[in-house]
Amino acid sequence: MASFNLRINGKSETVDVDPAMPLLWVIRDFIWLTGTKFGCGISQCGACTIHMDGNPVQSCVMPVSAFEGKEITTIEGISENNDHPVQLAWIEEQVPQCGYCQSGQIMTAVALLDRNPNPSEDEIDKVMDSVLCRCGTYHRIKKAILKASKS
Amino acid sequence: MKNFMKEINVFKVDRRSFLKTSSIGATGLLLGVQFGCDSKKLFGDPNANFSPNVYLNINGTGEVSIIAHRSEMGTGIRTSLPLIVADELEADWSKVKIVQAVADKKYGDQNTDGSYSVRMFYTPLRRAGAAARMLLEQAAANEWQVDVSECKAQNHEVVHSSGKAFGFGYLAEKAALLEVPAEDAIKLKSPADFKYITKKSSICDLEDIVTGKAGFGLDTKIAGAKIAVVQRPPVAGGSVKSFNGDAAAAVPGVTNVVKLESTPFPAGFASPLGGVAVIADNTWSALKGREALTIEWDNGPHADYSTAEFEAEMMANANKKGNVRREQGEVANALKSSTNVIKADYRVPHLSHSPMETPCAVANFKDGKVEVWAPVQDPQTTRAAVAAAAGLDEENVTINVTLLGGAFGRKSKPDFVVEAVLLSRENGTPIKLLWTREDDLRHDYYHSNCAQHVEVALDKSNNISAWLHRSVLPSIFGTASPAKEASGLEISMGMIDLPYNTGSICCETQEAPTKIRVGWLRSVANINHTFAVGCTLDEVAESRGVDPPQNLLDLLGEDRQIDFPSLAAEFWNYNEEVADYPWDTGRFRNVIEQVRDQSKWGKSMPAGGGMGIAAHRSFLTYVACVVEVQVTDGKIKIPNVYYTIDCGVAVNPDRIKSQFEGGAAFASSLALKSEITVKNGVVQQSNFDDYLVARITDAPYNTEVQIVDSNEKPTGVGEPPVPPFIPALCNAIYAATGQRIRKLPIEIV
Ligand code: FES
Ligand code: FES
Repeated sequence: MASFNLRINGKSETVDVDPAMPLLWVIRDFIWLTGTKFGCGISQCGACTIHMDGNPVQSCVMPVSAFEGKEITTIEGISENNDHPVQLAWIEEQVPQCGYCQSGQIMTAVALLDRNPNPSEDEIDKVMDSVLCRCGTYHRIKKAILKASKS
Repeated sequence: MKNFMKEINVFKVDRRSFLKTSSIGATGLLLGVQFGCDSKKLFGDPNANFSPNVYLNINGTGEVSIIAHRSEMGTGIRTSLPLIVADELEADWSKVKIVQAVADKKYGDQNTDGSYSVRMFYTPLRRAGAAARMLLEQAAANEWQVDVSECKAQNHEVVHSSGKAFGFGYLAEKAALLEVPAEDAIKLKSPADFKYITKKSSICDLEDIVTGKAGFGLDTKIAGAKIAVVQRPPVAGGSVKSFNGDAAAAVPGVTNVVKLESTPFPAGFASPLGGVAVIADNTWSALKGREALTIEWDNGPHADYSTAEFEAEMMANANKKGNVRREQGEVANALKSSTNVIKADYRVPHLSHSPMETPCAVANFKDGKVEVWAPVQDPQTTRAAVAAAAGLDEENVTINVTLLGGAFGRKSKPDFVVEAVLLSRENGTPIKLLWTREDDLRHDYYHSNCAQHVEVALDKSNNISAWLHRSVLPSIFGTASPAKEASGLEISMGMIDLPYNTGSICCETQEAPTKIRVGWLRSVANINHTFAVGCTLDEVAESRGVDPPQNLLDLLGEDRQIDFPSLAAEFWNYNEEVADYPWDTGRFRNVIEQVRDQSKWGKSMPAGGGMGIAAHRSFLTYVACVVEVQVTDGKIKIPNVYYTIDCGVAVNPDRIKSQFEGGAAFASSLALKSEITVKNGVVQQSNFDDYLVARITDAPYNTEVQIVDSNEKPTGVGEPPVPPFIPALCNAIYAATGQRIRKLPIEIV
């Protein structure tokens, strides 16, 4: 066990946990931010994607010890009033079906657009290939990203 | 089969008795609608509840609450059903609150399965909304002392012809004092006046989903909860012989190690598999603890189950004479006398549901009562299963339905909820039970693997003279009983319901024992049968020298309603009477013709490209599908998919479209990627690195859905996209490469 001081969504949180514990379980079990989801635990599905200093990482495989001194952003932290352009585009295109994968989709899309505000369809495919959706909302995800990139 | 939809009764609810178990409706008008339909009744369970209700409340502030009694798993049903009520009521959709129902018989059938929610509840919900609207209009007329014909509900108020108006909130209490209109006096809106039904409308959970606030199975916060994971027997029907939990208990954070009993196979659809549970303060400790378990297993009777041999044996059997399930004419003679016979074998593996949210549940067992929060498709079956397993009366079991992170049939089985409840009782704390992806893939209720053999004879005038179709699959029902052969339900999904003129026909099945848990997967046996039938029809088209869409139309013949029960006694019409939902070849013809035009069939395709078509009626919905492929160096891309569908009244068109877009993606997983294999009783796949599913680059790039304008009764849309997609894709691959596909998942050689 060790104590970690984490910066999550602009706030400080202190947790006393096993340094090897993946961040996913820290934020879900200890900090009660449940928007980040578990889907596979082995970096295959992207449901657990969060940002570390703005870069997308899969929190199911990254130990909490890797996040000290880093800025962590989860789905709960990407906008104050639920009005991030990606969220708005998601609503406009009515992307979600069951919704379970969508936190990971949105976090991956936000990081993509931060780095590349005008991605081509191929660039979108390449990045979004890391996030599974069993409901099959892929077509609308792409449309929403293209829409957000224009706004 | 009797029709259970005939009686629909709208009535005022005694509020005191209702409030005991519900959180809505403190004031105002509270209506219930009672109608006799229940899936268990339809499946022949005489003990099933037979007086279902739906609730609608308008309170003094004008807020309308509609209890959504179906589970939301991505189909938008939690939105579509209240939408129907709101439209008839002339309610403002923004003032409509949706309350998720707990499991209770007072809601009637809550099983969200079989693509039938909208179909069953469409008329009853319209009547409930219409009755409330009429009561509000009458209440306003009484206030103004005018004739009710001068009063009209619109947009959440009742307006008099002179222009004055009362809000619904003001009228609610007054309306509650009036008599509900007699059954034959309830006037439904004309479809031309629909405001929400058939129009695009947002799903009610959308904003919560995009902000991470939507509550799924494990998102329920409950004080003092411990996390549990279970190591289950590697072979279905096995059990723990002995175990040592000392090392697990020594992992920091682990608080308990508990053995769970196994139920011998066939264990049914509700019994957990048993095993050893590790309970901890947090998920990571529970997972670490589980890794430290030492368990010796008794593998039980199914350690001999290996799919390689089993499927080869099924295939060999499909090439032998089987038990006849439908027969017209002399197939054997026609085959013998033909010089042009098409023969092929088809194979489909076991498949897993693998919804993105694995099975999970939160349970709190306290003082002889248990409360559950879980993503379940069938809350009442869950309630009954929990009560039985925990030895409680159903009254002492509360099932709260969370959002479902996908289900596809998996979460209609409550085994995982029972596990959480037993562990909560044992541990004396609330329990959050997590299934890892490995647990999910190794302990699913898998789709039946299947071997089929088809022989089709063409006569001298280029017509089909014989159609022989044999299907061998372990039945779903073998999971609950010693059933050994495909049931009437399973063969009615794409086999004995063949609508084409074939001269003679024979459909046969053979025994195949169920040696692993088998269950419903989105569209069920239609996946297997439509694959074989749809691909065969493409070969018939080629042999006849006719364009594939025209081939389907030729074989279909003139418009008529097919009386399947007289052709095959076991024909199952998705729980509906044929008289109410006939098999109408005119509607089928129409979707085929329209998809042909929609897809611009016959247009020129780039090198390596091809188009394929297939059509199928399932869950009472008529679907025709054209798939375009591009095959480059053995890699398959799907640039476009076209669907034309006839599902009766399209209650929520955007959600119907999204179901078809998603259905095409789901079906591309099954066609291109997914396969469960079993060796010595043990499932060989463990996670998304070896059980592959479609990613954004595998799924269709563009799916266009055309919905036939219809005033017919609404029918299912969750499952029907899947079956025709697979053969349409295979036929497109043939057009592109000349390779016939006879086995899933598809391999290009
Ligand atoms: S849960 Fe992290 S990638 Fe799947
Ligand atoms: S919306 Fe259900 S898994 Fe993506």
